[in-house]
Amino acid sequence: MQGLEKSFKQLKVLRGVDIDVARGSIFALLGSNGAGKTTVVKILSTLLKADTGTARVNGFDVVTQAADVRESISLTGQFAAVDEILSGRENLVLVARLRHLEDPGTIADDLLRRFSLTEAGSRRVATYSGGMRRRLDIAMSLIGSPPVVFLDEPTTGLDPEARLEVWQAVKELAQGGTTVLLTTQYLDEAEQLADRIAILHEGRIIVNGTLDELKQLLPPAEVEYVEKQPTLEDVFLTLVGARTDSARTDGEQR
Amino acid sequence: MNKHFLGDTTVLTGRSLRHIARSPDTIITTAIMPIAFMLLFVYVFGGAIQTGSDKYVNYLLPGILLITIASGISYTAFRLFLDLQGGIFERFQSMPIARSSVLWAHVLTSLVANLISLVVVVLVALLMGFRSGAGVLGWLAVAGILVLFTLALTWIAVIPGLTAKSVDGASAFAYPLIFLPFISSAFVPTDTMPGPVRAFAEHQPVTSIVNAVRDLFTQQPVDSDIWTALAWCVGILVVAYLFANVSYRRKIS
Repeated sequence: MQGLEKSFKQLKVLRGVDIDVARGSIFALLGSNGAGKTTVVKILSTLLKADTGTARVNGFDVVTQAADVRESISLTGQFAAVDEILSGRENLVLVARLRHLEDPGTIADDLLRRFSLTEAGSRRVATYSGGMRRRLDIAMSLIGSPPVVFLDEPTTGLDPEARLEVWQAVKELAQGGTTVLLTTQYLDEAEQLADRIAILHEGRIIVNGTLDELKQLLPPAEVEYVEKQPTLEDVFLTLVGARTDSARTDGEQR
Repeated sequence: MNKHFLGDTTVLTGRSLRHIARSPDTIITTAIMPIAFMLLFVYVFGGAIQTGSDKYVNYLLPGILLITIASGISYTAFRLFLDLQGGIFERFQSMPIARSSVLWAHVLTSLVANLISLVVVVLVALLMGFRSGAGVLGWLAVAGILVLFTLALTWIAVIPGLTAKSVDGASAFAYPLIFLPFISSAFVPTDTMPGPVRAFAEHQPVTSIVNAVRDLFTQQPVDSDIWTALAWCVGILVVAYLFANVSYRRKIS
């Protein structure tokens, strides 16, 4: 069974893109700003139509069987698509109702727990931090357990801690058998998460393979001895105690 | 696909009604301008205006109600625009819902919000001495015309809500609608206006609607005005609905 196959051409933005994503895998579409990543996601989620070419998601054609596609997917766009005026719980209940599920209240409470938002659940989303919003956004995408999830730059604009939280959530998704198509401009994100990586450049896929396959494109590594310095990320995460539970002793009052 | 239309519309209408309940200022600001006009015209200009009716506020209220609706619907465009900006619109569009329910939810919310604003304005008018001998049927007829007018203007508001490039653009279209009643029989009888202005005033929708509502309030026979008024409302409603749906289809495909 294949998750989706597609090939289409669109003037300028996409000039013939072919991708195959295996069911239950994480596929990263890597590219710089303006490479056309969002366009690909929008076409796959039936928000845009390709000029030519066809795309199938979960076996359904995105043009002729758009309603079936929408049943099978959920989209987490570049900007957290949450309702600021509603509370976190109300957002979840809203989506559960729109997916016509039984017992939306229980679904909402379960997801709040899973994404550590139970305490914030009754607060308006306008009061949430960027990371909380993103978690809520992803939680909203999981309602109804769609077999395919699109994450369009899920960590853009997040601080390192929130980023790790999102990564964790994505990994859990794939472990549960969900097919994830992730777009990102962060190389390490693709490296961390993806089973396969494709690089979209100027509207074309220029490479597509596993991380190891991509590494083989370059000449074999030379052995060099480099003094091991902590990265700034290591320093930052150590100082702020990045959810390590234990390191909260040394007077970290701000 | 449309089997979920009613359910989805109900859920989404509940969502935007909650928005209104949490920012009741939108209803208050909608009502403030018409109330200010009403105070200004009744207590400042009204004494010098000869309308032939016993109390100027009785003459004025129908036009004020239309101004209330015209200023209220700009919030519909505003809310729709924010949904599009925020990305939640795309989330809804990528979900298995009846797609037209997204627009209908905003339209029904507009109707509820405007009816509340209208009730507020009528209550203030009553405090200012407005009286009507109209019975239940008369009030129902007035309510019916106002509902139709609200729906017509709301569908107009949907168009900039979907197509505007900025928040200002989304709500600016309402200004001409708010000022249309000034060149009509809403504030002064049209007989004193010079030829071309009078011709415009007598043949634009507001005059017939104002006259019909006024006749209902004063229990006069409504004669042909009510049919002209209904024809305008239904005509605008149909045309705006069609254009709004064309913009919507362009937006979602």
